[in-house]
Amino acid sequence: MASAITTLAADAPTLSAANTGFMLICSALVMLMTPGLAFFYGGMVRVKSSLNMLMMSFISLGIVTILWVLYGFSLAFGTDSGSLIGWNSDYVGLSGIGITELWDGYTIPVYVFAVFQLMFAVITPALISGALADRVKFGAWVLFTGLWVTVVYFPVAHWVWGAGGWLFELGVIDFAGGTAVHINAGAAALGVILVIGKRVGFKKDPMRPHSLPLVMLGAGLLWFGWFGFNAGSWLGNDDGVGAVMFVNTQVATAAAMLAWLGYEKLRHGSFTTLGAASGAVAGLVAITPSGGAVSPLGAIAIGVIAGLLCAMAVGLKYKFGYDDSLDVIGVHLVGGVVGSLLVGLFATGGVQSDVAGLFYGGGLEQLGKQAIGVFAVLAYSLVASALLALLLDKTIGMRVSEDDEVAGIDQVEHAETAYDFSGAGGGAASRTTAAPAPSAASKKVDA
Amino acid sequence: MKLITAIVKPHKLDEIKEALQAFGVQGLTVTEASGYGRQRGHTEVYRGAEYQVDLVPKIRIEVLVDDSDAEELIRVIVSAAATGKIGDGKVWSVPVDSVVRVRTGERGADAL
Repeated sequence: MASAITTLAADAPTLSAANTGFMLICSALVMLMTPGLAFFYGGMVRVKSSLNMLMMSFISLGIVTILWVLYGFSLAFGTDSGSLIGWNSDYVGLSGIGITELWDGYTIPVYVFAVFQLMFAVITPALISGALADRVKFGAWVLFTGLWVTVVYFPVAHWVWGAGGWLFELGVIDFAGGTAVHINAGAAALGVILVIGKRVGFKKDPMRPHSLPLVMLGAGLLWFGWFGFNAGSWLGNDDGVGAVMFVNTQVATAAAMLAWLGYEKLRHGSFTTLGAASGAVAGLVAITPSGGAVSPLGAIAIGVIAGLLCAMAVGLKYKFGYDDSLDVIGVHLVGGVVGSLLVGLFATGGVQSDVAGLFYGGGLEQLGKQAIGVFAVLAYSLVASALLALLLDKTIGMRVSEDDEVAGIDQVEHAETAYDFSGAGGGAASRTTAAPAPSAASKKVDA
Repeated sequence: MKLITAIVKPHKLDEIKEALQAFGVQGLTVTEASGYGRQRGHTEVYRGAEYQVDLVPKIRIEVLVDDSDAEELIRVIVSAAATGKIGDGKVWSVPVDSVVRVRTGERGADAL
């Protein structure tokens, strides 16, 4: 995160109970973002695929957690090798870390840093899933998630945040994950959908969100959890930077929500619920890389610009004909690019680093660095993700059959449906029958 | 005898029920329905993508009445259901050959 930017105190840091407690709470807040995202996405799909959408996020809590402990933390934050990847055998299985051993230069244990970062690794692949609604085999998605974090997320996290990572050394500012999380996930989404193609009926059949209240619930949980995501990224709270980040997160999100709503009122005639939720998320995305560098007024400007540009961008899929089902590109990629680049304009030089942007007397140098960070992560993630999807598509196949997609992926992949619509009394008795009880013979076998 | 069927806006159900009771109707059947008339539903917008929603929710009310009451009853329903705005619905009547009360086996006007 911000480890190289922090000035190390002359005295060796000691464990701070306050910072450690604060960071554990922040980690739990970031964890909540993934089920929040699941609801945000889950409400936006049709009834027949809502469980699959929830599961594509939820499974990330399982698979990425285990891979992070086994080798992910080591690859992302181990000792640098060639500015491209890290490794530290003590981090493998988190087995060689003392419980009071501090993260280098900070007042929190390595364990706390590792678990905070874990939550970022969990949500990033989950973000991709919004582009793949309704049509991807769940097993293929699980494999993709495992491969993607290994090949794309862990290295990119090292580039951006790891001591010695090349973007980090270059001076690219990504306070809490505009490039490593949002541009990374957005570009990956584009790479995968270029391989797997559109949903059956895209642009022909109505694909209305089945539950906007779920979308609002998810957006609210994301907004709440995002305070941990952003304010926690200073890894402590000794100097007020985390508090500025907290304020900027709230301010930019509010501004982006209003901007999105204003745009759609003018353009489409209504203030929509989905617009409010989407605008809020666009603002959260844009302030993520930039919030540690700007003033609250700068955060308002960033929120307004992100809200407007993302609102415009979500229509592009219909123009270009790619099926980014839930607008991962329109919101996360575009929002991430906007926020990352605007650091080069709005950085005041007075918060997390002394780097000033163009509007604060800093010239174009930082904007150039930000552009390199944006382009490098975008290009790598796009190509690597497309290749991974191609590999899976050619071997086990990425998509369910057309018939299964039309019937509904929930039934086919999960043997469940989200809601029981079977009528009076809410019971399914009239339409379903219980599976036959196991026979005596099979019971004996089980025993 | 006549079967009077009314397809109306859902929020008008209570007013129509009260008007029918005041008129002296003993029973009715209500079902949820959906459909469209000349106005063809409405448009919804999700992130700028517009969806035409043709089938809008309606209530279908059915009442069996004696021939002599049919015209007056249609008037009662229409006046209770009307808002003057588009999509108020339709009321029609059709002749009914026979009616039997299941519990007693009574037929015709006695079964109403």
